[in-house]
This record gives sequence, C-alpha cells and structure tokens, in this order.
Amino acid sequence: MTFKPVSFTLNGSPKAAFTTDGQNLLEFLRRGVGDLSPKYGCGQGTCGACTVTIDGVPQLACLVLAETVDGRHVATAAGLADGPRLDPLQEAFMERFAAQCGYCTAGMLVAARALLDANPRPTRDEVIEAISGNLCRCTGYEPIIDAILDVAEGRVQA
Amino acid sequence: MAVQVQTHASLSAAQQALGQGGTYLAGGTIVMRGVNAGAVQGLIVRATDPALRSITATGDSVRIGAGATMTDILASRDLDFLHPVARAIGGPQVRAMATVGGNLFAPHPYGDFAVALIALGARALLVQGSARPVEDLMRDRTRPPLIAAIEVPRPRDARAFGWLKVSRIKPKGVSVLSIALHLPRDGGRLRDVRVAFGAMGPNPLRSAGAERVLEGQSLDAAVIARAAQSACEGLDPPTDALASSWYRREVAGVHLGRLLERMA
Repeated sequence: MTFKPVSFTLNGSPKAAFTTDGQNLLEFLRRGVGDLSPKYGCGQGTCGACTVTIDGVPQLACLVLAETVDGRHVATAAGLADGPRLDPLQEAFMERFAAQCGYCTAGMLVAARALLDANPRPTRDEVIEAISGNLCRCTGYEPIIDAILDVAEGRVQA
Repeated sequence: MAVQVQTHASLSAAQQALGQGGTYLAGGTIVMRGVNAGAVQGLIVRATDPALRSITATGDSVRIGAGATMTDILASRDLDFLHPVARAIGGPQVRAMATVGGNLFAPHPYGDFAVALIALGARALLVQGSARPVEDLMRDRTRPPLIAAIEVPRPRDARAFGWLKVSRIKPKGVSVLSIALHLPRDGGRLRDVRVAFGAMGPNPLRSAGAERVLEGQSLDAAVIARAAQSACEGLDPPTDALASSWYRREVAGVHLGRLLERMA
C-alpha cells in the first residue's frame, strides 16, 4: 500500500495527513483527519450527505480522490460554527425544525452555505436547485428551503 | 488487487501509461463509484493538464476540453445553446465534477450530454490525433480511446436545437429518456435532421425512423404525428428500475411529439 502525503486547508486551518491509493476524500476526512461532519450515505454520489466545498465549490467527498485536494481549501459543516456561535443557517435550521434524523443536515448546510456565499439573495427556485443534489427522507424539504430563505431574507442573523 | 493511482501532467503521458491497461479518471462521478465498490481495481491514471478544461470558440464551432465540467459549460457564453442540457445533469455537486469526456462513457441511463452532442453532430478529438464523430464512439464503448476535446458545431439558428429530459424525480432525477433534436430549416423545410435519444438503448443513439419522416418536410401537425409514431423504429430500449422497455417505447413518441410541437 502506498501512502501519499496531502497538505491542504480544512475550514481555514492547515492540515497534513497521509492518504492511500484510491482513498476517497470522505474516508480521508473522517478517518485520516478526524472531521466526522461529512456523512457516508451512499458512496455513489447520489445522496449528497458527504457534501463539502473544495475551493468554495460544493462537491461530493465520496467521489473525490483524496490526493487531489493537496494544496486546496476544503470546508465542511464542522467549520460553520465559530465556537458556540452558530452560523445563521444552523440557527435557522433549528428554528424551522429543518433537521429530523439529522443525517442529511451537514451536507444540506454546506450546500446552502455555498449557495448563499455565491448568491446572498437567492429565489426559492434557486434554493431548490442548490439543494437538488441532497436527499432528505424526513422533512419533505419545505422546512429546509424555508430555513435557507430565512437567512437569505435576513429573518435569522448570527 | 489494490488500486494504484498515477498522475500525469499531460494527456499524452496518461495515454502512454494506459498502454498496458488501466482506467482513466476524469471527474470521478463514474470511476470513483467503482473504486468505492471495489469494482475498479489496478491502475488508475489521471492527467492535470489545464488545457483539458479549456473552452474555445473557433468560427462555427466550439472546442470543449474533455475535462470541462458541466459547471464550466454553464459558465461559457459560447455554449449557451448547451446550458439547458448541462443544467439537467445532476445537482450542483455532480455538475461541478462531471466532465464532458466522461459523460460520453457514462453507462445507461446516464449520458444525457452525449445525446445533445450526437444531435449536434459533434466530433471527438482523440489524444492520438484523429477525430471521430461522437455517435460512432457510442456504438462501441468497451475499449474507449482517450479523448482530448469535443468539437461542437454551433447551431446557426438557436431555435433549431431542442432538448428534453424526462425523469420521475423532480427537480432532478435520472432519465427515463432524453431527447435532443437538431432541426435546421432551409426555405421552411427541415434539412439534415438529427434526432438523438438517451436511455432508449444501451447507449445514446439516433432515431432513424423519426429522422426519415422529418427530413425535407415542414413541421406541421401531420408530420409531427408521423415522426412520433416512427420514433422507436429499430430501437430496443432497456428495462431498469426507472421504466420498463414497454413504457419507454410507449412514451418516447409522445415526448418527441411534444418537443417537436414546441419547436414548430
């Protein structure tokens, strides 16, 4: 087994760890680096539970070869809160009961944060489009959409 | 057998590395699924040449690097006619990863972008230097050549290109079928018609029956009805979890007719 060094930025902090040939980014983050916020759902790129951003662009960690993030910026749901101070999206998800079993929540939050960073005032259709790669089997999506719109429209602030 | 990953700075070096066999990794949306499941083993080769993602307009056509992603397509003004197609592929995460070159070899029922490329008469520029029509590549995908870029003729009239994807899950889902049409007109008559289907066979393909009916005709209700009736001639759509072969055969003509009506 070949070990390859990977140096990258995780939620703004420099990190270095070894990956192995063929290891995906999700496994690397969870087992190699200890960030358990991206979830393993399907391992096929279908559910979006493992969504992270790479250089600001949402991607599916289960389908990214870990060694390809060398020198890049990775952000996960674990980086959203600043200590006890939650991201407005996290506040809004709580207010709207947008998390039930919670398994999709980390991926939803990352996808939503990427949307709002690129487009702070999205329409409802743009929100739906932005989370169209994330499956939720509890909420029916409406509370999630409403929570994201609450932040976009200034009804929830940090 | 374990996986070994090789990264090369150029596609020609990657081609050389693949000489003894192996799997080329582009965006990862297909190959990494196989790696995760243990179905892809042995040598995996990737290339980091930035030219792979370049999109260049040249005269009447646009050259798309094989490594350009669906998000890259959506960011290109030169490819506005392909925006509805790229937007229909996956969610934002998949679009940021899935490449134009990889989509050519996406197994059924994926490969919607290739359907549009076939309708537009696109050519694949191979790393070894030659070029092949995309539809030829589709016929045998067992041992695909390494592709450097796709050359897509720009439709002279934007209204001549039509696109429709039918899926059960909204807003995004896998294709029950997809249809791409190129219907250039000459004096009110259709000339050089190309009708392409996705998920209606083992790979994206053209509908010879619909093309025969449409060629040389004006797009009126009677012609549309006959084209819809002929849509599945010679086609043997697969049965999968999304739809049976019978269902695909039943609805393909209906959806083709609706798209033709929109373009009339």
